[in-house]
Amino acid sequence: MQGQGLVGMVAVAPKLSSSARRRQLREKVIAGVITAMAFTGIAALVLILVFVAKEALALFLDAEARHEASLSKMFLPQVTRAGRPATFMWQPVSSVPKVSMIPLFIGTLKTTLVSMVVAVPVGVAGALFAAEFAPRRLREVLKPTIELLAGIPSVVLGFFVLMVLASFMQDTFHVSSRLNALVAGLGLSLAIVPVIFTVTEDALTAVPRSYREASLALGATPWETAWKVVLPAAAPGILAACVLGFGRAIGETMIVLMASGNAAIVSASLTDSARTLSATIAAEMGEVVVGSPHYSLLFFLGVELFLFTFILNMVANTWTRRVLKRLSGAGA
Amino acid sequence: MKHTWRRAVGGALTSLTGLAALLIVALLAVILLDVVRGGAGHITWRFLSEPPSDGMMGGGIFPALYGTAALTLLMTLAVMPVGVLTAVYLHEYAPPGSLLARAVRVAVVNLAGVPSIVFGLFGVGFFIHFVGGNLDRLLGYQELHWGQPGILWASLTLAVLTLPVVIVSTEEALKAVPMDHRTASLALGATQSQTLVRVVLPGALPGILTGAVLAISRGAGEVAPILFTGAAYFLPDLPRAMNSQFMHLGYHSYVLATQSPDVEATRPLLYATVLVLLALTFALNLVAVLIRARTRRRAAAAH
Repeated sequence: MQGQGLVGMVAVAPKLSSSARRRQLREKVIAGVITAMAFTGIAALVLILVFVAKEALALFLDAEARHEASLSKMFLPQVTRAGRPATFMWQPVSSVPKVSMIPLFIGTLKTTLVSMVVAVPVGVAGALFAAEFAPRRLREVLKPTIELLAGIPSVVLGFFVLMVLASFMQDTFHVSSRLNALVAGLGLSLAIVPVIFTVTEDALTAVPRSYREASLALGATPWETAWKVVLPAAAPGILAACVLGFGRAIGETMIVLMASGNAAIVSASLTDSARTLSATIAAEMGEVVVGSPHYSLLFFLGVELFLFTFILNMVANTWTRRVLKRLSGAGA
Repeated sequence: MKHTWRRAVGGALTSLTGLAALLIVALLAVILLDVVRGGAGHITWRFLSEPPSDGMMGGGIFPALYGTAALTLLMTLAVMPVGVLTAVYLHEYAPPGSLLARAVRVAVVNLAGVPSIVFGLFGVGFFIHFVGGNLDRLLGYQELHWGQPGILWASLTLAVLTLPVVIVSTEEALKAVPMDHRTASLALGATQSQTLVRVVLPGALPGILTGAVLAISRGAGEVAPILFTGAAYFLPDLPRAMNSQFMHLGYHSYVLATQSPDVEATRPLLYATVLVLLALTFALNLVAVLIRARTRRRAAAAH
């Protein structure tokens, strides 16, 4: 970034020998190649949306698919058997495919909410402790430890929930289904606590020292300073952390696949099995006929997941930048 | 009186936050202890060097180890040049206030947030059907050759997934190279690319390696993106070609945990597989932490 101006000065020479001109040309080519490389990240993001959406498009273009999985069948209650009240059902491989996404939305929402209810207080409080109260030594141990938790592959967390946590919950609460939304949500919280912790901690450390010193000088206790001064100053960043955690929880696949029980049912109970959007893709993609309506449906779920998380990311990104801007502006 | 009360309440609430931090660490410890206790006894040389047997009720995990290694190697070869050059553009070449640089940054942040299963769908839609399918048509293959799940497509999918990790850590590394080094090199008449290759990149090398190691540890543990892009349930042979399917530690753990006919019988096998995967990712993360700490110490000493 800063190198640019310097190079500009070197390049402006009045008369150039042929070797110098060759050199200049070579520099231009290299700069061009590097700039072209920078498009890869943007291209990847665009290609992901385009190619996932492309496979889902058949739902709207193909006559057979439009009949089998119309938007109204995806989102409105359907009469599945004569004489029965209309219901939401996800059974895309039965003889009469039922493709309501509502049970999947409910499942995703239930597991995600459980994980947020657990992970937000723990993650934010942990970060508050690390940033405000922990002695330096302890803090230097705490951060890498939580990074380590973030490094555990989600399939290992899913395994732990499946083998240990689910049995523990079953023995303690005697629920009817061992694998359920509550267990999956608790498992998810293991995956998103590090996210919330890290982003919150960054936001808290960005708060200028002068804020804390002013508060303490006015006679506030350390806790009052943390609660009434530091926390509000970093609030947008902490909200961003929660939004980011929410996005991760929605998209996380292996934990919910292994721990939720994978039953697509409409219920408000947390101890019923649940099926999430991501787990549905993971579980059904392997056996689906390429190009069938069911196949397109799974890609449509992918588009939804992509768009949900994209919006959440943009929101979190804006808020993080806002807190940094405000604090660096105020600190200067 | 009021003051002491305030202090006491404050102290109590402070310890509550400490308890939250402790809880996180305790959870990590519980997971580690459980996996180590369940798996350590079963890890032998034979377990690491033999293929699974008896319908995955016995034997070892060698094909899964081999597949994971080959997969992450290919992924690293694909992601490193692109990731490093993108970071070089962002930090060394982009004009100040560049619109492209800002767009790249936004894309990278969002790429990092795309759910891993969506990467899997992307791999199927783009790499297998679009690239692979068209390649088959172009080369005149009658049967599916490239247009099917294989290790190349799986590793390229993972490369896209780990791209943000590499870009972010490489940029950090470039930031740590002192500006003076660049100006000194340019003042001696070196061009910008010579400065980049001889001064900036060597200076940033430890940080770039950290990025590679983090990408490998992330890529080695991801299962969702490879579910349909190349990982196989069980294979008698090791992958020989770029379009072969492969076995994978994470996928193997998933299969053992969820599809085993007799969970009790496979439990030791399962725990040992998970322990190997966990040890692998932790070792890689630890290496990254160590390189970073050393670089930081050296940078501090240089100032």
